[in-house]
Amino acid sequence: MPAEFAIGPASAPLLRVEGLRVSLTGARADIVSDIGFTLRPGEIVGLVGESGSGKSTIAAALLGHARKGAVITGGRVILDDLDILSAEASALRDLRGARVAHVPQDPGAALNPMLRIGAHLDEVLDVHAPGMTPDQRVERVVAVMADVGLPPDPAFRQRFPHQLSGGQQQRVLLALAFLLRPRLVVLDEPTTALDVVTKAQVLETVRHLCRRQGAGALYVSHDLSVVRDLVDRLVVLYAGRVVETAASHTLFAEPRHPYTRGLLAAMPDIAVRRHLLAVPGHAAAPAARGEGCPFRSRCAVTTDRCLDLPPWQEQGRGHGVACHHPVSGSLAVAVEQTGPAAGTGGREPLLSVRGATARYGKQVVLSGVDLDLHAGECTALVGASGSGKTTLARAIMGLGEDVAGTLLLDGVAQGLREGLRGTAQRRRIQYIFQNPSRALNPRQKVGDILGAVARHFLPLDRGQTAACVAATLAKVALPASAADRFPAELSGGEQQRVAIARALICEPDLLICDEITSALDVSVQAAIVELLRGLQQEGLTLLFVTHDLALVRSIADRVVVLNAGAIVEQGAAGPLLDCPHHPYTRSLIAASGRAVAS
Amino acid sequence: MTASDSTAPVLTDTRAAWSVPAWLPWLLRRLLVGLATVFAITIIVFAATQALPSDPARVILGPEATEQAVAVLRGQLGLDRPLPIQYAHWLGDALRLDFGRSLDSDVEAVAIVRDRFGNSLVLMLLVLAVTVPLSLLLGVALAVRRDSRLDRIAMAGLILFKALPGFILAIGLILIFATNILPVLPAVSLLDPQRSPLAQPSYLVLPTVTLVLSILPFLVRLVRAGVIEVLEADYVAAARLRGLSERRLLWRHAVPNALVPTVQGIAMTARVLLGGAVIVEVVFSYPGLGSALNSAIEMRDIPVIQAITLLQAALVVLVNLVADIATVLLTPRLRTAARPTLKPGSRAAWKLSGGGT
Repeated sequence: MPAEFAIGPASAPLLRVEGLRVSLTGARADIVSDIGFTLRPGEIVGLVGESGSGKSTIAAALLGHARKGAVITGGRVILDDLDILSAEASALRDLRGARVAHVPQDPGAALNPMLRIGAHLDEVLDVHAPGMTPDQRVERVVAVMADVGLPPDPAFRQRFPHQLSGGQQQRVLLALAFLLRPRLVVLDEPTTALDVVTKAQVLETVRHLCRRQGAGALYVSHDLSVVRDLVDRLVVLYAGRVVETAASHTLFAEPRHPYTRGLLAAMPDIAVRRHLLAVPGHAAAPAARGEGCPFRSRCAVTTDRCLDLPPWQEQGRGHGVACHHPVSGSLAVAVEQTGPAAGTGGREPLLSVRGATARYGKQVVLSGVDLDLHAGECTALVGASGSGKTTLARAIMGLGEDVAGTLLLDGVAQGLREGLRGTAQRRRIQYIFQNPSRALNPRQKVGDILGAVARHFLPLDRGQTAACVAATLAKVALPASAADRFPAELSGGEQQRVAIARALICEPDLLICDEITSALDVSVQAAIVELLRGLQQEGLTLLFVTHDLALVRSIADRVVVLNAGAIVEQGAAGPLLDCPHHPYTRSLIAASGRAVAS
Repeated sequence: MTASDSTAPVLTDTRAAWSVPAWLPWLLRRLLVGLATVFAITIIVFAATQALPSDPARVILGPEATEQAVAVLRGQLGLDRPLPIQYAHWLGDALRLDFGRSLDSDVEAVAIVRDRFGNSLVLMLLVLAVTVPLSLLLGVALAVRRDSRLDRIAMAGLILFKALPGFILAIGLILIFATNILPVLPAVSLLDPQRSPLAQPSYLVLPTVTLVLSILPFLVRLVRAGVIEVLEADYVAAARLRGLSERRLLWRHAVPNALVPTVQGIAMTARVLLGGAVIVEVVFSYPGLGSALNSAIEMRDIPVIQAITLLQAALVVLVNLVADIATVLLTPRLRTAARPTLKPGSRAAWKLSGGGT
């Protein structure tokens, strides 16, 4: 268990977590074990780990809660002097929402669709502050609404959750959390569902509120870049255990644990174009973790000593690591010296869009967009949510509704509706969706999913189909045995590889990738991006739709910036990201650059 | 029912200036569609009864009458005129609630239908008045205790009742309560037509209990599944972490959200009762609409058949209309939309989800 540590003057910790263990009910497996860290008043601590590492479990345990199927089996969570884990149910209820607040992940699902915004706020006051007079209540609510950046007028409180944007919904959840000025706020990935501009604004609000109210905060995230500039200290979690903890700047400058270093190497950086290095393999599920160092199967420096659970080692100045072989020195990442191939002059574009317009009801989503995609290039289509980037991508695919304009593929006009295109035309453009688990038929084996596509486009017999499936699986670095698996048996990254394989098996000329890594962990994202870069070098043209500009730097040759249905800026990736001209592009870069501008 | 009722919500003043609700145009459109549906049904009912292999004139005069006499009567009844004209006349009469005289008993068809419908309505309302609150309570109670021993036993029992056909239930109840075992209730419901069925409660008990038992499992499972789904929703988890009591989570957050599918479930139950009570009516000789239709078809009594089928069809349209309006009013997302769209196939989906989990 990580020992306690303190930086600077020893102020009494606000929160002390010791030996926290949460297990699966029934199975004898721990979701998290030996979790220990402290949090001082006013401090923001980041809890970082990939999906399945148990970070949401820890977040809930800080409020004495375990989700269905899990149970807190050990340890202590001490807030001020109260041990939350041994508190009575009624004491726990008084604590939750008043002294410890929780901000959930998905703002769209976390508000009761039947209740108005005001009723949500009212309810918290009803439960925790029944003694307040109506005037005091209104005063408090108006103040907190202003604090989180929502209009404080009564008309806004009359609205229902569905009448708010995602950013506003998340601000309502922040208002609910900060309403009673809690001592500790637990934020469980509150910005994951938001686009880059809204995300930056919400993070700013969180920082401001914590400072202002002097509340301690635990910020849970899977994305190191999100927390980098927000938090004072970081706790890195792997497979249910703390593997490293350090002050934020120390951790980024001198990561010691091989896993932390892997995460950082996988992170795209908006400032420099570089290869993203994936951490090979994936973390084991709680029941399959086994003995010893949980990271050893993916670790490059592992030895026989790693068969024993590594002890917690202080590295000085509040820097601790659980590793037998902590690595020292700063992280050297290979920056690509050669810029992307930018010369496209003179060549005919593979695909041209002219005057694309689209509307959704009365709302104009695209207004006269012209776009050229050149063979062998990767073009990134970027913009905040609602900018029309997915609409444009779908229109190119022929999936658009209410779309007008001209679409030329190798100079040949294409129908704007899928139904107007012939089989040969459809084969040439393929689309990969954001969420792989929803894009694959759960009742078909991978081999059948791919085989059906292959047989549709190519005249293959059974044996040839199997060979074709195996070859395509190899191309996306999946073993041939994956053909016999159902999608649900694969991890998120593997599922996305299958989705890519399904597109590749058609031997397309243009691959449209619609936010294909946003549902994936950073290290998995790195592997997918490297896979796409490899395919691009073999001559594939990519249209990469994303709102992650750091990712754009690593993969794109050209960037097209879309705002409110119109292209505001486009050009070669490097120059455009280094010195953007349009104010909108600058605001996008500023929003994502926040993470690196330290 | 909820703890929040005692405290005045100061932050949500619902007495804001009244304005035309966004869903009003939808409601008007929906009403028009309902009327159009009923009109279409009149055509189908008329055409279907025309297609019956039967000649009203022959039925009236009997098999002994000469072809000539039958032809004369056909002329008098207007049966030799073109179908569209016959339909127009029939529709005009139907709008004045005149379906002609019963071929079987020579009284106004409407009079027969009125009495029988009154009996059926009393039975149906009684069944709903018992089933709806009972299934809400049981469904919520089981949802809260989901996966407990009680829940598992109750679910098994409900499936058993669901699997039993209505007439088996009826016969079983008659055996227990109307024969030697415990002879406290009449085995047949020979209602005195001169008095209201409500004045003769002993005749209503067994038909009501039979129908309640055959419908309850469906509604309980629907409510239970709905409440469980909402209790596991993110917004309930989030509210729990704001320190709300389980009671408040249940009654303020879970149950209101679970009511929406329940409304459609109740509507479906009402539709089943409208047409499906025949078996129970036959077993208990209960003089309701279903048994009246049954005997009218046996007698080829076309005016009565037309009146009953039209009435039942119009009631189904009405029930759907009421259920859809209730769904829209209960769902803020739909209520605030200019064009509320109930999910296509949502009724079927609810029907399925009621059987699931």
